Amino acid sequence: MIGAGHAGLAASRCLTERSVDHVVLERGEIADSWRRQRWDSLRLLTPNWQTRLPGFRYEGADPDGFMTMPEVIGFISRFADAAAAPVRRHTTVTSVRPAGDGYFVATDRGDLQCRCVVVASGACNVASVPALRPAIPRPIECISSLDYRNPSQLPDGGVLVVGASASGVQLADEIQRSGRPVTLSVGEHVRMPRTYRGRDVLWWMEASGVWNQRYDEIDDLVRARGLPSPQLVGTPERITLDLNALTTAGVTLVGRLAAVRDGRALFSGGLRNQFALADLKMERLLDTFDQWADDHARDADVGAPERFAPTEPPASSPLSLDLRSGAIRSIVWATGSHPDYSWLEVPVLDHKGRLRHDGGVVEAPGMYALGLPVLRRRKSTFIHGAEDDARDLVEHLAGYLAHTGRAT
Amino acid sequence: MEKTKANNGVNVDALLAAREVLKGAPQAAKFTWRASCKWKNGTHSETSIQGFHGLGEEQKHKTETSFSADHPEVFASEDLGVTPVEYLLVGLASCLTAGVAAVAQNRGIQLRSVESKVEGSMDIQGILGIDSDVRNGYDDIKVTFKIDADASKQEIEALVAQSQKRSAVFDAITNPTNVTVVVA
Repeated sequence: MIGAGHAGLAASRCLTERSVDHVVLERGEIADSWRRQRWDSLRLLTPNWQTRLPGFRYEGADPDGFMTMPEVIGFISRFADAAAAPVRRHTTVTSVRPAGDGYFVATDRGDLQCRCVVVASGACNVASVPALRPAIPRPIECISSLDYRNPSQLPDGGVLVVGASASGVQLADEIQRSGRPVTLSVGEHVRMPRTYRGRDVLWWMEASGVWNQRYDEIDDLVRARGLPSPQLVGTPERITLDLNALTTAGVTLVGRLAAVRDGRALFSGGLRNQFALADLKMERLLDTFDQWADDHARDADVGAPERFAPTEPPASSPLSLDLRSGAIRSIVWATGSHPDYSWLEVPVLDHKGRLRHDGGVVEAPGMYALGLPVLRRRKSTFIHGAEDDARDLVEHLAGYLAHTGRAT
Repeated sequence: MEKTKANNGVNVDALLAAREVLKGAPQAAKFTWRASCKWKNGTHSETSIQGFHGLGEEQKHKTETSFSADHPEVFASEDLGVTPVEYLLVGLASCLTAGVAAVAQNRGIQLRSVESKVEGSMDIQGILGIDSDVRNGYDDIKVTFKIDADASKQEIEALVAQSQKRSAVFDAITNPTNVTVVVA
């Protein structure tokens, strides 16, 4: 098992249940990415009651709240203890390659040979920064959402936040409130209200079965896996942080950052269509929820159906911005991130560097992946999604071991 | 996805099959579109189109098509053809309309009529060099669709939104493109 995050630990627990001999290799501490690659104010998008791992759930006094990062780290660490996970901390995997009837795993603290490898090293190891990055004029400071901690890291003055996923909208809001005027570059995005008909929108995602949709039932899986995270924020007030809220807060919305030419950032003129697409998709999702409530006679348990105002196009939206004028002093890339497979010496990556797998069953025999977006279900992207995926894959893994000889 | 017997005259099965084939052969997906232009007189020019490159080899339209472009009489020209910026509107309208038909076919939506009006506003102080703060090109383009189809208003809006998302001309107009002009 490579990685002692929520996904690797969930699988470790399932392996222990089946008495499969295993070890969890961790480059740093348990929940390492949650410790090192998250900003200070971040809280989980899922409410506490929904944040669960195999046989382990939140038992505090605030089930509707959202965990801070220290709370997430504590939660995952307590789970590791409860599961008695065989974790080798501070052990960085430097290469994995095929050897004999399994794999040879080299680490900075010794090598080992195994029959199976589960890659649970995370979906967000490296920031995906646009290829136009080198064209940004020098005085502008650039930082990715993985390195961002709080607004005080940024110089005073205007900030261009690129990307309108959960990260992008949260950072735009926080930075705008710090007194730095924010311009938010908006491409394809997923709009969601925090609460709908009196319930958390993620309650609806779970209850209505949307999140349980399997990967092999999804029309365009590549697209589903590449979708930006929904525009949500976990706050005690359960606020909705959509683009209208950001406009009210004073953020300037511009189109997708398409190019930087002669020191000018050029933005797409297709912003209104991005709004229309996101509004239409949100309405379809809410229709799905309403239909489910109707079909399952749940209308009495929830509030009346709601509809939300369309995303308001800005009165004027600049198509270009002079990056040398001093109006923008820094850029925050909230343009997503991708896994680091530089250590993986097995030919299982596609031409875009993505792992080739069928619901986590990697093309190489005995190799599995966990903790990737929409791995086996829509909910795979979230902490509580790891449990069902881990059970499925550990079952497959145990079958593989049983059919290919030795029991361990 | 619901599949009905909608027939909008778009061979979606062939398009989807091509998509699958090209996934495995990205080189064949690289197309080059070409036009050849000849100056006639004044602002009048004649542009012809027939050949293009794609699927790894030279291709040809069934017939050569010729387009006359000129400026209107209010610009002291002879008005022997539509203006180049109007050709841009032709491209946008026809591209979005083709997209609506293809997406509708794929979604099993029968179309009865699809009409659109395209309006591009432009301040000609830009091209005349009167005010350098005014851009040469369109400052705003508005497309208004009127669609009669076996679908809800929301489904029709989704067709139009999706056709923009997959439109080559919409992309070419809304996003910057490198343009290199050389003298041979």
